[in-house]
Amino acid sequence: MRRSRTLRTVLQFWRSSLEAESEYQLNLVLECLAVSGNLAGSLFVLSLLFSGQSSLGGWDWNEALIVLGLYTLLDGFTSCLLQPNLSKIVNHVQQGTLDFVLLKPVDSQLWLSLRCFSPWGIPALLAGVVLVVLGLQRSGTVVHGDGLVLGAVLLVSGAAILYSLWFSLAALSIWFVKVWNATEVLRYTLVAGRYPVSAYPPALRLVFVFVLPVAFMTTVPSQALLGQGSWPWAAGSVLMACGSLLASRWFWRFALRHYTSASS
Amino acid sequence: MLEYRAEIALWALSGVLPLIMLGVWQNSGAASQAGWSPDQLRHYFVAAFLVRQFSVVWLIHVFEEDVVSGKLSPFLLQPLQPLWRYFAAHVAEQATRIPFVALMLLALAWMNPALLWLPSLQNLTLGIAAIWGAFLLRFLLQTLSSTLCFWSERAAALDRLLVIPYLFLSGLVAPLDTFPPAIKTVALATPFPAMVDFPARLLAGLPVDLSAGFLSLMFWCGVLSPLCWLSWRRGLRRYGAMGA
Repeated sequence: MRRSRTLRTVLQFWRSSLEAESEYQLNLVLECLAVSGNLAGSLFVLSLLFSGQSSLGGWDWNEALIVLGLYTLLDGFTSCLLQPNLSKIVNHVQQGTLDFVLLKPVDSQLWLSLRCFSPWGIPALLAGVVLVVLGLQRSGTVVHGDGLVLGAVLLVSGAAILYSLWFSLAALSIWFVKVWNATEVLRYTLVAGRYPVSAYPPALRLVFVFVLPVAFMTTVPSQALLGQGSWPWAAGSVLMACGSLLASRWFWRFALRHYTSASS
Repeated sequence: MLEYRAEIALWALSGVLPLIMLGVWQNSGAASQAGWSPDQLRHYFVAAFLVRQFSVVWLIHVFEEDVVSGKLSPFLLQPLQPLWRYFAAHVAEQATRIPFVALMLLALAWMNPALLWLPSLQNLTLGIAAIWGAFLLRFLLQTLSSTLCFWSERAAALDRLLVIPYLFLSGLVAPLDTFPPAIKTVALATPFPAMVDFPARLLAGLPVDLSAGFLSLMFWCGVLSPLCWLSWRRGLRRYGAMGA
C-alpha cells in the first residue's frame, strides 16, 4: 500500500517535470549535438591511444568500446536523474527551501533524489546502448544469458555507487552551503571511467577501485558482459553498492541533524 | 572569495582531468610513437593541469542566473560595465586558487618527484603570460556565449557545445602532436590549441613556435572583442529585466 503510493508519487513527479521540460524543445537538438560531439571526441582520443598498438591495458579496441559505451550510458543516467535533482540540494540549503522539503509527507531523500526527470539524458542512454552492442558484436562475443544478467546486475550496482557518491557530496552542502561544484568535481573525475581500469598505472588503479570506484561502474560490468566476470569482483561490486547506499542514507540522517535552516 | 574556501578547493580538484589522462597516456605507449619521451609527456600534462587551473571561466553560469532572475538590473544602473564585475571575481578567484594548486603540486611531488621540473625563468614568464592570454581568450569566448542569455533562457546549454571542441582540440586530453596531421592542421586553425597546448608547451619546455602562439592568442582576442561588444549592445536592448 505504502509502496504503491510512493511509486505513484514518483510517476507524478516525472510526468510534471516532463511537461515542464517539453517547453524547451530546442534542448533536444542541442543535447543530441552534445552527445554526438562528445562521443566523436572520445572515440578520437581512444583511437589516438590505440595508434601503433593493438591493446590498451590488455583490452582490444572493441572491448574498449564496451567500456566507453557503459560510460556513456551512465553519463545519460546522470543527466536524466542525478544532475537535475542532486544539484538542486545546494540551492535548497542556500535559500532555506529545504525546510519545505522536510515538511512534506514524503521521505526527504526520496524527494530530493527523484523529484525531477530530465529527458535530455536519453540520447546519451541510447548512444551508450548502441556502443555496447556494437562493441560486443564486433568483438565476436556470444553473450550468454548469465553473462547478460551478471552484467546488468553489476551495471545497476555501478549506478547505485554513482548515485550514493553524488548524493553524499551534495549533502555536504548542509555544512559548506556553497558546494554546488562538488558534484562537478565528481563529473570531471569520473571521466576516468571512459577507459578500462587496467589502462592506468597501478597506484591510480587502487584509487579507482577503493577511493573513487569507477572500476565498478564501467570496467567490471564490461568484463561480465564479455564473459570474463569473476566472482570476487562481482561480489565486491554488489557489496560496495549496498554499502554505499546504506552509507548515503546514514549520512543524510546525520547531515539533517546538523541542519539549522537558512534564516534561523 | 576566501569565504568559500571549500568551494574553491573543490574547483581546484575538478581540474584533475589532465592528470588522469597522463595516467592513461603513460601506459599506452602511443606518445612515444609521436616522438615524446616519458619525461616530456609527464611535464606536458602537469603543465596542462596548471594552465587549466588558472584559465577556468565560469562566467556563463553566474551570468545566466543574474539575467534570468533580474539581478543584472541593479548592476546596469551603476556607472560601470557589469562585465568588469565578473572579470574581477574571476581574477580574485584565481588568486585564492594559488594555495590549493600549490598543495596539489606538493602532493604530486610526494607521489613522484619526476612529475615536477623547474622551468627556466624565460619559459616561466612567457608561460604565465600565455596562461593569462588563454584566460582572456576563454573569458571573451564565454562572454560571447553569455550574451546569448539575453535571447534565450538556456544559453548555458549552448555553451556546453563549445566545451566539446575545447576539451578535445585544445590538447587537454591528448597532446596535439599525437593527432593525425590533417586533424592537427584543422585544430590549429581554431582558437582552442592556444588555450591549453601553447601555454602548456611553454611551461613544460617543449619545442614551441613562440610567435605563432602569441599571434594566435592576439588574433582570436582581436576577433572576439568587437563581437562581444556588438552582441552585448544588441542583447541589452532585448533585456526585459525579468523578475525585477
